[in-house]
Amino acid sequence: MPRGLPAMEHADLARHGGCAHCGLPVPPARRLPSGAAAFCCEGCATVFAVLEAHGLTRYYALAKASGELLPAKVTGRGHAELDDPAFVARACTPLPGGLFATDLYLEGVHCAACVWLVEKVPSLVPGAIEVRLDLPRSRARVVWDPSKAKLSDVAVALDRLGYPVHPYRGARAAESRKRENRELLLKIGVAGAVAGNVMAIAFGLYGGFLHGIEPEYLKLFRWTSLIVAAPSVFWCGSTFFAGALGAFRARALSMDVPIAIGLLAGYAQGAINTVRATGEVYFDVVTTLVFLLLAGRYLLKRRQGAAVEATELLSSLSPSSARVLADGETREVPLEALVPGMSIEVLSGETFPADGRVAAGRANVDLSLLTGTSLPVEVAEGDTVHAGTLNLSGRLEVEVVSTGEETRVGRLMRLVEESAGRRAPIVRLADRIAGRFVAVVLALAAVTLAIWWHVSAQLAFDHAVALLIVTCPCALGLATPLAISAGIGRAARAGFLVRGADVIEALSRGGLMILDKTGTLTTGELAVVRYWGREEARALVAAAEAHSSHPVARALATSRPPKRGPVEIEETQGGGVVGRVGRHALVVGSPAFVAARFPARPPEVDDRVAAWSAEGLTPIVVAVDGAVCGVYGLGDPLRTDAREAIAALRLLGYEPSILSGDHPGSVAAVALALDIPQDRARGGVSPEDKVASVVGAKKRRPVVMVGDGVNDAAALAAADVGIAVHGGAEAAFTVADVFVTRPGLNRLVDLVVGSRRTMRVVKRNLAFSLLYNVAAVVLAMTGVINPLIAAILMPLSSLTVIASSSWSRSFAAPRRTSWR
Amino acid sequence: MAVMFVLLPAALLFAAAAVVVFAWAARSGQFDDLETPAMRILGDDDPPKALLVKKTTSVSTEV
Repeated sequence: MPRGLPAMEHADLARHGGCAHCGLPVPPARRLPSGAAAFCCEGCATVFAVLEAHGLTRYYALAKASGELLPAKVTGRGHAELDDPAFVARACTPLPGGLFATDLYLEGVHCAACVWLVEKVPSLVPGAIEVRLDLPRSRARVVWDPSKAKLSDVAVALDRLGYPVHPYRGARAAESRKRENRELLLKIGVAGAVAGNVMAIAFGLYGGFLHGIEPEYLKLFRWTSLIVAAPSVFWCGSTFFAGALGAFRARALSMDVPIAIGLLAGYAQGAINTVRATGEVYFDVVTTLVFLLLAGRYLLKRRQGAAVEATELLSSLSPSSARVLADGETREVPLEALVPGMSIEVLSGETFPADGRVAAGRANVDLSLLTGTSLPVEVAEGDTVHAGTLNLSGRLEVEVVSTGEETRVGRLMRLVEESAGRRAPIVRLADRIAGRFVAVVLALAAVTLAIWWHVSAQLAFDHAVALLIVTCPCALGLATPLAISAGIGRAARAGFLVRGADVIEALSRGGLMILDKTGTLTTGELAVVRYWGREEARALVAAAEAHSSHPVARALATSRPPKRGPVEIEETQGGGVVGRVGRHALVVGSPAFVAARFPARPPEVDDRVAAWSAEGLTPIVVAVDGAVCGVYGLGDPLRTDAREAIAALRLLGYEPSILSGDHPGSVAAVALALDIPQDRARGGVSPEDKVASVVGAKKRRPVVMVGDGVNDAAALAAADVGIAVHGGAEAAFTVADVFVTRPGLNRLVDLVVGSRRTMRVVKRNLAFSLLYNVAAVVLAMTGVINPLIAAILMPLSSLTVIASSSWSRSFAAPRRTSWR
Repeated sequence: MAVMFVLLPAALLFAAAAVVVFAWAARSGQFDDLETPAMRILGDDDPPKALLVKKTTSVSTEV
């Protein structure tokens, strides 16, 4: 997306001929005679006209005050699919009074002015009752009256304001997440209120502890604390008891176990001592513990939830409707309403919504996301096309053969679900420590009991329980969630959506990194990667191919600036072009096409054609003025930072390896360029084989899988960590643990480095809290502990951990882009 | 100091009231979106004009 201008520059630019809507420079062809408002694109012009006509120009004042302006995008779609009964039944909720409500995802909302404008839609569309925008989630809740307006009217209005509309998927998951979030927030609220009040009462008890207190007040304070603390321990703290029980059932130990022991011991001892009216009570420590631990978990959950939501929004962008051809007309229907036998229209740049047979038309299709094949495939009448692949050129009419789960993508998605279900959870460092911690603390409590037994059984019991309470691993329990949630937050700002807390730890360890080739190591776009022959010929070829939309022609046209001059070109179907550029006669095409016209060629040409074909490149031969004089090798070029990134990953403890669905020759060439041994690079691998390789390699060491396509998705789900890279398929980023939102392989290096830094913070936190626990153990065993000391020590250790997490510099800040 | 027996329950009642209000706020979604409401107040100045509705049709033909 083009970056917008800082608002202050907008006014200046608009005065000096910038776009009247977004302020970006106006291309010369769109400039108007003096005075008239000019626009950088049709989108901005449309939005400006709508705002003018409706007296909504206040938008500009707001936008200037609140941030940057972006060029508007208007799709002009009719959105008839939103009125389809199937969509209404699935995604809309009826409200009292005959109204309906639904969530829509809006592209391009970014500032206060957008909020204002989107929520003004009811004044544009009679029948739209209310539109509420949730800006951080780019989601608008629309309430409308179906007797006065259709949902598509609202969508069209939003589209004309420059916010393309997509039906929001995963509304149900979002709803349950919201409920869970509210529930946890409520628990934190209660735990906080209880902790505060119990602490206030405890101050009275400390006063009595230092200066003496009359027994009836002691009794009042203790009984009140006992009652007030109960909901905090048993309702708010139930999370920890449930976690500890789950761990027991699974015969594992997690951080919840020592926490549950500490909470129960603290509350039980307090209750007993309150009834007996002697000994110490630790209600303030116990309730503060519940509050702090819940707050730590809430933070972590929010961060993870934000990443999950961001990927869900991205998946809402993929097409949700298809254009059906019936009785010579086209109409939009939702994907769910598509059935085999229908005839659909797919335009250039669109993704096929279903598997089918081409009924009319001719186009090049990009299969890379489905199969990993880097070269586009030409399809014509009678050929099969698959859902999820991209039509690169030309309009096609397709007869639908299978839809939804019956398509090839649908079958692959089942494989994805199977491998995701088989995955074992990662045992976290903190949980491994917790196991030993429980054993040590229980042993120490037994020792304390034994040592003090000969003094007094009562004292021995008190000191042993005090030890269980003061070593309750508050800081230990906070150490990981705080550091990781801070890490995930910083990662999001650096362009990584991290969806699981375990991922950061797993990534920091190193192991085998399996990379997909097409779209991951390479750019995924056809380009000239080799050339042999006369250099002058290239400018002629660029001129000859400049006006074709064929992917091969585009690659040839962009490899050199075209030679100026008159061009006469005749394009022959499926072979090449013949014509004149300036004074030169030119023939460009496949080796067979050129060989048919020029039987005599330099031997180097045939050598190169053979060698480059074996590497998986597409050879194109050029003849100028009657003589063959050059050979192009077209392929999918490596990303410019690939070599550097692979070398850096090696230094970070990863062994790189390639698994690709593409031609083995081109995989071998990429491996050679990246210094990856040939036995670590395999081509022609099916999605099933990718999963099998990942599962096999996992037995020996941790496996990180990096990919972008539907054919990688199952392997991403099967690996210890699946990373989907920028520009990949929806299937890939919805199953991956990490989605990289910015292009380039160096991002992977940033990710691993950031994870390592975050884990360093986690370890530092764990060390701090263990140190505190050692101190607490010493105090408890020697019998000098009392509730006042515990109440000072415990929050102090938690504060250390909080400070250490928030001051850490884990993920690098995003690199500045060119504007400022 | 016997007033303690009255003050302490009274203070706790206040706290309980605060918790009830918080519970209502959390359950009704007041904390779901913390960013947009802050921006929403910036826009609410001019009342919507009745005229706007009529003009919609004329613009749609241009687009």
